[in-house]
Amino acid sequence: MTTAALSPTTLSKAALFEAQAVKTSARRNRLLSLPALIIIGIFGVLPLVIICVYSFLVAAPYGGVQWQFSTDAYLNFLFQRDIFDDTLQFTPDFLIIYLRSFLFAVVTTVICLLLGFPTAYFMATRPPAQRNWWVLLITIPFWSNLLVRTLAIMFIIRDEGLINNALIGLGVIDKPITMLYTNFAIQLGLLYAFLPFMVLPLYSSLEKLDFRLVEAGYDLYATRRQVLWRVIIPLSKPGIIAGCLLVFIPALGAYVTPLILGGGIHLMIGDLIAQQFGSGRNWPLGCAQALILMAAVLVALFLYVRNTSGKVQHG
Amino acid sequence: MAEPRMMDIKDQPGFRTVAVICLLVLYIPVLILMIFSLNSGSLVTHWEGVTLGWYGTAFLNDEFHAAAKNTMIISVTATIVSTICATLAAIGMTRVKPWRGLAAAFMVINLPLMVPEIITAVATLSFFALIAGAFGLNFGIGNLILAHTVFCIPFAYMPIRARLEDMDLTLETAAADLYATPWNAFKRITLPLLVPGIMSGAALAFIVSFDDFTITQLVAGPGQTTLPLYIWNQIRRPMTPEINAISTILLMVSILFVSVSFLIARRRAK
Amino acid sequence: MGIAFENRVTAPQLPSRPAYGDNQTGTHLPTRAGSLNGVIVPEQPGKNAIEVRGVRKVFGTGENQVAALDTVSVSIRENEFFTLLGPSGCGKTTLLRLIAGFDFPTAGEILLHGQDIAPLPPFKRPVNTVFQSYALFPHMTVAQNIGFGLEMLGKPKAEIEARVTQMLKLVKMEALKARRTSQISGGQQQRVALARALAPQPKVLLLDEPLSALDYKLRKEMQIELKRLQHETGITFIFVTHDQEEALTMSDRIAVMSAGKILQVGSPRDIYDRPAERFVADFIGETNFLPGTVVSKKSGVATVKFASNATIAAGYPEGFDPTGEVTLVVRPEHADLVPDPAKGTVAGTLANIVYFGTDTHYHVKLDGGENFIVRHQNSRSAPVTYATGAKVGIQFEEDAARVLKD
Repeated sequence: MTTAALSPTTLSKAALFEAQAVKTSARRNRLLSLPALIIIGIFGVLPLVIICVYSFLVAAPYGGVQWQFSTDAYLNFLFQRDIFDDTLQFTPDFLIIYLRSFLFAVVTTVICLLLGFPTAYFMATRPPAQRNWWVLLITIPFWSNLLVRTLAIMFIIRDEGLINNALIGLGVIDKPITMLYTNFAIQLGLLYAFLPFMVLPLYSSLEKLDFRLVEAGYDLYATRRQVLWRVIIPLSKPGIIAGCLLVFIPALGAYVTPLILGGGIHLMIGDLIAQQFGSGRNWPLGCAQALILMAAVLVALFLYVRNTSGKVQHG
Repeated sequence: MAEPRMMDIKDQPGFRTVAVICLLVLYIPVLILMIFSLNSGSLVTHWEGVTLGWYGTAFLNDEFHAAAKNTMIISVTATIVSTICATLAAIGMTRVKPWRGLAAAFMVINLPLMVPEIITAVATLSFFALIAGAFGLNFGIGNLILAHTVFCIPFAYMPIRARLEDMDLTLETAAADLYATPWNAFKRITLPLLVPGIMSGAALAFIVSFDDFTITQLVAGPGQTTLPLYIWNQIRRPMTPEINAISTILLMVSILFVSVSFLIARRRAK
Repeated sequence: MGIAFENRVTAPQLPSRPAYGDNQTGTHLPTRAGSLNGVIVPEQPGKNAIEVRGVRKVFGTGENQVAALDTVSVSIRENEFFTLLGPSGCGKTTLLRLIAGFDFPTAGEILLHGQDIAPLPPFKRPVNTVFQSYALFPHMTVAQNIGFGLEMLGKPKAEIEARVTQMLKLVKMEALKARRTSQISGGQQQRVALARALAPQPKVLLLDEPLSALDYKLRKEMQIELKRLQHETGITFIFVTHDQEEALTMSDRIAVMSAGKILQVGSPRDIYDRPAERFVADFIGETNFLPGTVVSKKSGVATVKFASNATIAAGYPEGFDPTGEVTLVVRPEHADLVPDPAKGTVAGTLANIVYFGTDTHYHVKLDGGENFIVRHQNSRSAPVTYATGAKVGIQFEEDAARVLKD
């Protein structure tokens, strides 16, 4: 267009008026957003900056920090300083906890997907009235108190819990099977906690699925399974990715579940970090560990953003 | 594979079974926990008979009272503050001509949703420790209210924004056409139509604040026990069905607010 | 332009409001005398309700700039049913939005009764709009919707009530005044939207494709209803549509738009019979295009020769000088078939016969290769029957052909 060279003098009075109105509304909108941004900025973003700073300081003996620069927190993540000769020894304790948390999170995500996809699909194919009830039934645990829900699992799997009592009562076993405070307990708890987080995003993606495409698949001689794998699953990929992310990230940083079902024996990243601020009394180390977890989350988010923006380009 | 003659093209074999199993798995443990709150015996695992006594025990318990009071103070305040902030921000950020910094502002609002809770918890703890150490500032229970407000804002923001996005822009244009000043158009058209979104947002903010454990546990000072913290303290003692009773109350509050928020959202969809 | 701008830099003043409210609580609306069916336009140019002067509207910035309106000027008379007609994206809705004040012109002026309203926000313009989607307020009743404008103008309660009652009667919606707008049908919503926009007695009513969401029968009904309302209220209507039939049947005058420009302004008959440009002829009604060569010209009539060496006299618009190879336009109903090819001005083979009930279309493949459609109105006494594949001639009525700018 040749209008790029419109000088202010050729602009109409109305155009100037409009430019002024745009400026005013931008100022007003910025002002409206300010309270929320200030609160989150000061009490949400600033604390993250502070733990970045803390991670480069020295731990005070009774918790807190001493203002003295040090990279010990990060070194301590992988190494331990020998008390006698001051050399660094590779100690993979923390790394193992991170890797184990990662494994827990992956297994949780995979099983949630395997259970959640059929569930979400089934929900999405119900008649609308029934569908609303299903959504409500999945939404309730989504928002229910995680501590209480974890407690409910604990009641079931403990030595005197429902499962053991039932098995003993039936004479299948005569001594209770130890399930609480094991890796199994944590895994079960994570699955239980995050299953709704998988089902809901999957559902909202499947709900929008155009089932005429499924008909077209059948029309072109595909079997049910072929339609599932070649039509339905590829079309619901955004929902699958969103669901996996919504399960993986909180599972990786899970705190309540291992705290209650792992009994402090089988740690995950979340407990490890909290420990540094409690009995560990090593805040810089806790901050460093938190930042390493944050980095892992950012990588996951980055992969997600790249994946979804690629999707948009394809149409 | 043998296909039945009259097949519903949408059905996939076995999916119904998985869905039903998922639902059972999600609900059975919670239902058992609730049923045992009525157990007349004093063991959480051994059924002896029906009583409402444990609810009575809980209601007469001073620690429970204190925890419930703290929870209500924190949740209600955080809900009000976060809902107001979220409403203003949603209006300033949705369906507007993009202003400089809008994308960044959007990220800031959603930040609490992306950061794992445990990180937020230790960061907030460090922050309050720092300002207490450096400036001698301690807001008491205000610390918890502020921490809760931060993560409540994005939860309140989401349904309000969604509602605004659904709203027909021409309604405001029509109001302006009919001599309504921008303020009148907002007061008479936008705000009334936004109310369901605000209510839904407030309900979600209340739930997440009411239920929060991780952040509260790390940030709470002495005497700032909330209901989730109270339950956690009980777990570490010999347990009685009183804990089931309190847990049931918590669940009921969640269910109530989720249902309210859900019903508001459904009605809007119609 | 620059000078005009300097002179007008003083604070924007509200154009005087229409005289509503002063003594308008009666149930009689001002009625307009004359021009009953609206086809006859009073020749003396009445006062202009709206004057659009050199208006440009550019959307976007930099590389993405798009000129939605490219220096448009048009005058709309008082009490006129004026239609902006054009395909989607031609700028007709943009022009309407500029008049309403929802968008602001990049350059140019918009005058309402002689006063520049371009810099006024919509809520300060005595102009109301009927939206394509109706935009009825879903949380209000029918009556509350209709009264909204008056309420915003700060009219006393009694007056609002009286006017709302009067409006409900005008659009025949008295029985449904307490209903929510979601509880009434599309046609009823349309009526409420009209009543709501008319209630404040605007100087100009803008209608943005208001009938497009209605089904065929209802649309026909509303067309008559709209004409009646315009007649009864005496308000200037500016009507936007892409439906040429709607434009022809309802308007006093039509402006045909394309690609951000106004191509022709005139009465429906002008536009249909004397299109100024090829686009206008093509867009409105069905048209045949024939190639020919200008042989001579005399006082607005050119003699054009066809490939068959036959010649025809064809008019052409003012300010256009046809020479050499030109295109002729001929309406299908202005031509006739003759069984003897030699007797036609042009000749061809009958390719297809399409029966339309009221008339029949004969598709002729001309010897020169072009397609030509002849429309023949059906009557009881069918004159000649033709068979596809037959050789036929085509005769033109007098004044049937016009030479047009491409």
